[in-house]
Amino acid sequence: MSDKKKKKLSPVQQEYQQFAKDREPKRPILKNCLRAFIAGGIICTIGQFFHWFYMTFFNFTEVTAANPTVASLIILSMLLTGFGVYDHIAQWAGGGTIVPVTGFANTITSAAIEHRSEGYVLGVGGNMFKIAGPVIVFGVFAAFIVAIARLAVEALGGML
Amino acid sequence: MEKFILAFLVGGAICMLGQLLMDVFRLTPAHMTVSLVVAGAVLGGLGLYEPLIKFAGAGASVPISSFGNSLVSGALAEAERNGIVGVLTGIFEVTSAGISSAIIFGFIASLLFKPKG
Repeated sequence: MSDKKKKKLSPVQQEYQQFAKDREPKRPILKNCLRAFIAGGIICTIGQFFHWFYMTFFNFTEVTAANPTVASLIILSMLLTGFGVYDHIAQWAGGGTIVPVTGFANTITSAAIEHRSEGYVLGVGGNMFKIAGPVIVFGVFAAFIVAIARLAVEALGGML
Repeated sequence: MEKFILAFLVGGAICMLGQLLMDVFRLTPAHMTVSLVVAGAVLGGLGLYEPLIKFAGAGASVPISSFGNSLVSGALAEAERNGIVGVLTGIFEVTSAGISSAIIFGFIASLLFKPKG
């Protein structure tokens, strides 16, 4: 809770905030980080395997192989989400399964499956990007600003 | 073989950074992924993300931060060819595979699977 909000609270409320804070379970940061590291590392290693596969057996280069790699991981994640396995892995791994692109696919797939009872147009179509939307919106807007800034600096003959 | 180890280490480190953002700075998962994407876009604009992908392969291209980098690099590549309008037309050029496959297979999944629990 920010300091600004705290000032508006009465003394009793502040006391309660402190009371609740003391009793909040401590997050095992070290354990969570270790799990995220292992799970994230394994997912990226699987990705590296696909990367190697597309470079060796198809005519992809080091850079272009990233696209089919991401697509393969998304299919894999969609299957695991559909069979209900991904949620169990995510329970254990935390950030290790949210950060890789499989987590992005998981939020889209799970939102799509969850809302199918509301119909395919308004349910699935309307809610598919409910959780993944922020990533796309902020990613695209940030990319727009960064690209414009970079072009402006280049046009001015800057050092970039 | 060393590529696989580098992918494991760098990918794991980025995921650990995400976990730290959630645990220490108390961000929700959505805020955390948004921060990583914006960080990736900024690094991409400075030309620092491409070397990381060359160094660690999938370790840098699988985490969501590469999504921001791909958006920027697509926009910049198209802008080089077609001028300033290219920023708009090229922004999804590289990420098309990820977004379209996520939509297509997400929709197929909603046809095949029933919600659990």
